[in-house]
Amino acid sequence: MSEQEYVPKSKAAKWFNDRLPLLTLGAHLTDYPTPKNLNYWWTFGGILTFCLITQIVTGIVLAMHYVAHADLAFASVEHIMRDVNYGWLIRYIHSNGASMFFLAVYIHIFRSLFYGSYKSPREIIWIIGLMIYLLMMAAAFMGYVLPWGQMSFWGATVITNLFSAIPLVGDSITTWLWGAYSVDNPTLNRFFSLHYLIPFLILGLVVLHIWALHIPGNNNPVGIDIKKPSKDTVPFHPYITIKDAFALLVFMIIFAGFVFFTPNVLGHSDNYIPANPLVTPAHIVPEWYLLPFYAILRSVPDKLGGVILMFSAIFILFVLPWLDTSKVRSAVFRPIYRQFFWILVIDVLMLGYVGAMPAEGIYLVLARVGTIYYFLHFIVVMPVVGYLEKTDPIPMSISEPVLSGGAEPSIARKVNDKV
Amino acid sequence: MIKFKLRLLFLPFLLLISFKPLQSAEMVDPIKVDWSFKGLTGTFDRASLQRGFQVYKEVCASCHSMQYLSYRNLGEPGGPEFSEQEVKAIAASFEIEDGPDSQGEMFTRPGRPSDKFKSPYPNVQAATAANGGAYPPDMSVLVKARKGGANYIYSVLVGYEDPPQGVNLDDGVYYNKYMVGNKIKMPNNLIDGLVEYADGTESTVDQMAKDVTTFLAWAAEPELEERHKTGVKVIIYLVLLTLLVYLSMKKIWSRVDTEV
Repeated sequence: MSEQEYVPKSKAAKWFNDRLPLLTLGAHLTDYPTPKNLNYWWTFGGILTFCLITQIVTGIVLAMHYVAHADLAFASVEHIMRDVNYGWLIRYIHSNGASMFFLAVYIHIFRSLFYGSYKSPREIIWIIGLMIYLLMMAAAFMGYVLPWGQMSFWGATVITNLFSAIPLVGDSITTWLWGAYSVDNPTLNRFFSLHYLIPFLILGLVVLHIWALHIPGNNNPVGIDIKKPSKDTVPFHPYITIKDAFALLVFMIIFAGFVFFTPNVLGHSDNYIPANPLVTPAHIVPEWYLLPFYAILRSVPDKLGGVILMFSAIFILFVLPWLDTSKVRSAVFRPIYRQFFWILVIDVLMLGYVGAMPAEGIYLVLARVGTIYYFLHFIVVMPVVGYLEKTDPIPMSISEPVLSGGAEPSIARKVNDKV
Repeated sequence: MIKFKLRLLFLPFLLLISFKPLQSAEMVDPIKVDWSFKGLTGTFDRASLQRGFQVYKEVCASCHSMQYLSYRNLGEPGGPEFSEQEVKAIAASFEIEDGPDSQGEMFTRPGRPSDKFKSPYPNVQAATAANGGAYPPDMSVLVKARKGGANYIYSVLVGYEDPPQGVNLDDGVYYNKYMVGNKIKMPNNLIDGLVEYADGTESTVDQMAKDVTTFLAWAAEPELEERHKTGVKVIIYLVLLTLLVYLSMKKIWSRVDTEV
């Protein structure tokens, strides 16, 4: 961890630091050698931290005014919107913040996929990241239930009903989750409790995510291992902090655009109708960020099969570091894989699109093709392309130009083994 | 280069937004009205809000509740902005049930600005029973609760037609061009000259529909004007700050032989 031993200047600071080395930690975070060639796709880690803090702070304030009761929840949200000082602003930041959080996390994940950031020695960072993503989905889903509108209620009904597909114990598990024989007040209560808990679990995992990152250091667009510190690195502060700040501000402008000018465009209008167990909405659609998985779920005619496939779509990502056989990290030097990467991006976007459409006709066909391709990408394309592909020449370091002549993957291996 | 990178950054947004309108396509597109509250700096037409409240009070309120609004809201900035006396008079014109008093009895008293809008029925069941089995929805957030928003509400109000040949309607069911499924249990309540506007505006069906829709749009989003105003300031502030940070970044990174 420590590049140079940090010694505080004042006596008091030294006294404190000897007992709890917070200052050493601060110095480490400031000096942390970072590859100087990181592009803007690398700014989303900072943006995501901002999103998490924003959600926690606005969420704590909302919880001061929200009432988790089936008869009062909807009215308490309207109370926040109308009577609480700047309640509308806090709630719109929180509800749009969830969407912005997911937008950032998807960019962050696809960046990792493109540049091979999940590969050795960063597998644990990747796996912790996926755990954060899973918790984010749980938190977002439960948060969407809290206003107790029609989509809240019916979304909760559809998703919790998935567990009833489990053989033998499915129905008991569903009843246990509900705390009742249908989605009702006990369900709302526990969802509120868990919705408040999960962000702090995420915060803990974020600390581990960053800790694990600081062991090998950042990957970079070239994907090679670099000496740290060296002429290929810059100290985290001020170089990366200012760059992250710039990217964060651009992100905040877009965020503010949604909050102030189209605060409800990402939500569903039905959620401003109070929950009614007797009236089912024409189309039950989850929030946009869950749509690709919703499409996978509905592409299978069998309920249990759909549930298994949907969860597999996420859990397959956990073994990604071992499915990818390529010795080269960055897709910049992988001409074949690079094309498959973009096909995957299009595939996931298409799945998201058909997830919002009724599951019939052409949409069902597209959902099935998209689902099959999604799994093929990870199970077949990644191992096979990684094995067969002839990669482009790889530079020896960030500062030096690409080696003249074609480099074999063996050279890349040599480069990787150097550190 | 930076421009291109930024454009890439926006790409997912465009895709995300373009998904939205494709979600359902089973109803006639509502009439597009050029509302004064549209756009980044949109504000409500104050006179229209006051007229809209009159239409609501004299026509809609006999069936539709508006339980999340208080009479005091009518005098708050960004709304119809009735004067304090007017708000007091409006509130006092309603008999509100209060209590229990020290004897444990409920009693009625004239309304105060702090009271919520009085509902026409004691509960949802009573409202449903009195309206042929169809609950007249609470109108507090109606504009936000319907796809198409204000345009949709306005379109339904002016969308009553004789049913096309071959469509048979039960008693108490009416044909409406814009209503989802074309069948509506609310009769066409607006006829020319129905209300007598205090400001002398001619009360045509179209005028009343526009005024009451404006009023409902405000009721659903009473913060709209403040939101727009604050939003413009926030964006200007953020853009300036972004510019400063961008220049600082350029300066700091000029010490390194890498471009940002």
